Amino acid sequence: MRPFDYVEIRVPAKPQYVGVARLTISGLASRVGFTYDEIEDLKIASSEAITNAVQHAYTEVDEGEVVVGCALYPDKIEIMVADHGKSFNFEETKAKVGPYHEQQEVEFLREGGLGLYLIETLMDEVKVHHQEGVTVFMTKYVGHEQVEENVENISS
Amino acid sequence: MNIQVVLKEEESFVIGYISGEIDAFTAPMLREKLATVQQKEKLQVELNMSEVSYMDSTGLGVIVAFFKNVNANNGHVKLTGLSPRLKRLFDITGLGEIMDIETDDKVGTNHETI
Repeated sequence: MRPFDYVEIRVPAKPQYVGVARLTISGLASRVGFTYDEIEDLKIASSEAITNAVQHAYTEVDEGEVVVGCALYPDKIEIMVADHGKSFNFEETKAKVGPYHEQQEVEFLREGGLGLYLIETLMDEVKVHHQEGVTVFMTKYVGHEQVEENVENISS
Repeated sequence: MNIQVVLKEEESFVIGYISGEIDAFTAPMLREKLATVQQKEKLQVELNMSEVSYMDSTGLGVIVAFFKNVNANNGHVKLTGLSPRLKRLFDITGLGEIMDIETDDKVGTNHETI
């Protein structure tokens, strides 16, 4: 059995579906056990990636689709957003994505504007893959609530 | 999943109430609505965002473009009623230092007197 639950969302590359995908991810994140603030961060980061994908898929192919793959672990969520509409093998694509280099991604950065910056800031790990379109792979770990846990331990 | 923008204009003073979610779908509606504000010298604008439940970079883009337009005519834009979440979005992008922002705690009273 694989160590994670996998959920794939496939939406038309249209802006009105960004919110639908965002709300789905919000639901999945709360299933994993993220805090309110972490879920809000995830919502923004995934919206940014999906918005980028919608804009890419929209201009390159008519009636494109955006595929969002979410891998749910006990302590983290991995989200992969691809603008080329084809379903991907999550593990295979994950192995291919690498850390991005600022110079290579200038075009993506410019188009995405603040988007990629926000993804970087709000997620724990971000990788970008350029082949048959753009794939963004991002990871967020559940909370740093060590302090609260400790407090509880002491008081109990 | 929608947005509402109500604008009240009085001479060189404009108050806008924005509510809902600002994302790739709704940001163009906000941009269009803000484009109807008549740009004039020393325009004073307040945008109340206390009812904005979600916003990302698409919303920031619209707000910044509007801010630039008003500033180009020596006007002033003030954002009010921001939730801590929203304020954080402006802060992490560095816009918090450039723009005039009031957070939620003050707004309860402002809201009524406006």
